[in-house]
Amino acid sequence: MNIIVEREKMLLELEKRIEALRDAYAQQPLDMSAEMAALEQKYAEIQREVFGSLTPWQKVHMARHPNRPTAADYISQFAQFDELHGDRHVRDDQAIIGGFAKLGARAVVVIGEQRGRDTKENLKRNFGMPAPEGYRKVQRLAKLAGRMHLPIVTFVDTKGADPGITSEERAQSEAIAACLYEFTISPVPIVATVIGEGGSGGALALSIADRILMLENSYYSVASPEGCAAILWSDAGKAEEAASHLKLTAQDLENFGIVDEIIGEPIGGAHRDAAGTIARVLNAVETALAELAPLSPDRLREARYLKYRRIGAWESERREAVRTGA
Amino acid sequence: MPMPDWLRSRRSKTTNNEDAALWSKCPKCGEVLYRRDLVANLWVCPRCGHHFRMSAFDRISTIVDGDFVEIGADVLPRDPLGWVDKKSYTAKLAADREKSQLTEGVVCGFGSIGGFDTALAVMDFNFRGGTMGTVVGERITLLLEAALQRSVPCVIFTASGGARMEEGMLALMQMAKTTAAVTRFMEAGNFFVTVLTDPTTGGVSASFAFQSDVILAEPKAMIGFAGRRVIEQTIRQKLPDQFQTAEFLLEKGHIDMVVDRHSVKATLTRLLDYAAQGMHGRRGAFA
Repeated sequence: MNIIVEREKMLLELEKRIEALRDAYAQQPLDMSAEMAALEQKYAEIQREVFGSLTPWQKVHMARHPNRPTAADYISQFAQFDELHGDRHVRDDQAIIGGFAKLGARAVVVIGEQRGRDTKENLKRNFGMPAPEGYRKVQRLAKLAGRMHLPIVTFVDTKGADPGITSEERAQSEAIAACLYEFTISPVPIVATVIGEGGSGGALALSIADRILMLENSYYSVASPEGCAAILWSDAGKAEEAASHLKLTAQDLENFGIVDEIIGEPIGGAHRDAAGTIARVLNAVETALAELAPLSPDRLREARYLKYRRIGAWESERREAVRTGA
Repeated sequence: MPMPDWLRSRRSKTTNNEDAALWSKCPKCGEVLYRRDLVANLWVCPRCGHHFRMSAFDRISTIVDGDFVEIGADVLPRDPLGWVDKKSYTAKLAADREKSQLTEGVVCGFGSIGGFDTALAVMDFNFRGGTMGTVVGERITLLLEAALQRSVPCVIFTASGGARMEEGMLALMQMAKTTAAVTRFMEAGNFFVTVLTDPTTGGVSASFAFQSDVILAEPKAMIGFAGRRVIEQTIRQKLPDQFQTAEFLLEKGHIDMVVDRHSVKATLTRLLDYAAQGMHGRRGAFA
């Protein structure tokens, strides 16, 4: 059960009532606009109270909200998109979508992790958990982008890489490791945006990038809170506690120097104004691409190396602690 | 060759202090083994061939010809998330330092293997399950950078439960950092070998463990992306015993060889020899 969906119910009910009142007043000769304004102000207050400051666990649920815009929703707002399919070996993993696209006038290769909104779609998309075939499709597209000198735009949204038997039989580890390698050596600009869930290595495989953007209510974590709780305490039920420890919010990641830019969401989450959110994200991606466009392949790779080289928190006699978490 | 004093002093307590633990029981066949025999047999059960997990310095002593010059030992962990669950992360680190006699989950340095100068990293499961946090990532990165500078091959023995939860995203990002170092090292034409030991999973298997030129594994080592428990919970059924073993991966084509611990050094030496000839070939014409 999604705790955000539960919290929303009451608000949506209120919204409906205000709407009904507005309609009712419209039929009457009296001027009720002051009363309506007061009511709407009250509503906004309640909304702020409910959604104004979310706990990490609530943000995890916001990131998983069934109506939250998915990778396909973002890609549908590109000027053009021609989807390319398959890993050239085994099958076409539907948890990954990608291909040539135009963002404004700029030709790019776009790659996204795609979850479904309902059960039927989720079965097709494997709940947005890519298999090795999906990550091999990613590698193929990344190589293609490098050869064609087209920038890469990725949308990250996965609980994690698929943990199934066939995925192990087809070398999930190698598939992810090879994605990391491919993006690291890529000669073209890469802009990644975490739009929903950033689950562990399965998310990292699409986010070795020159710029990492992150929506305000998305999360990015070393393991899903459920996975972390299972690993540390053998109890996936302690996910909320794990979420509070993991420092997985956009703000935490910006503090760590991992995320370059946080993109704000409307109060109540991205799905309350999907079109506006998508426009802001695409705008930010375009700006980042424009900044990276003049850089040569060598400069890009050098800067990318240094960006990742710095991340961590350690003590050393040679160098005082580099990035601190707090 | 006798073991150098520096190495003797750094080996795990249990092997030095034989009064404390004279006997070990093989977890596979149940045979009770005299500890000294077990050490002499490279921690392989003489009865059933079970490969015990090995401490980093014990492992190094079986691989290098003589001297081993450690690097990155001064890189030490911090507690970036201020993590506290039943115990604080700081307390967990202190307990593992005591238990393993190590400062972190990997030991890196230079030594020669069969006469070939090599950069060597050995992970140790006794320190936080060999998990990769900032320090493991940083030490391996330093090693690969130094190996690149010296143009020597690199061998990494992996043993890891994956990324270290208590360092959160900073731990996950070590996959990216080590990958960056691996790409520079390999793209410059240097030879990279990994030896996967029990267990190699998660963030380590999904980064440098599977990015090398040649992948060896010890018999019956558990190797995979997702842990066995996670998969069993997802599919709600028991997995066959063979699943995710080194032999299983060999059959599926994921790794190059399964090598008994007694043959690892000889195998590495042969591989390093091929690579050395290749390096000469690149400098001039094929001889």
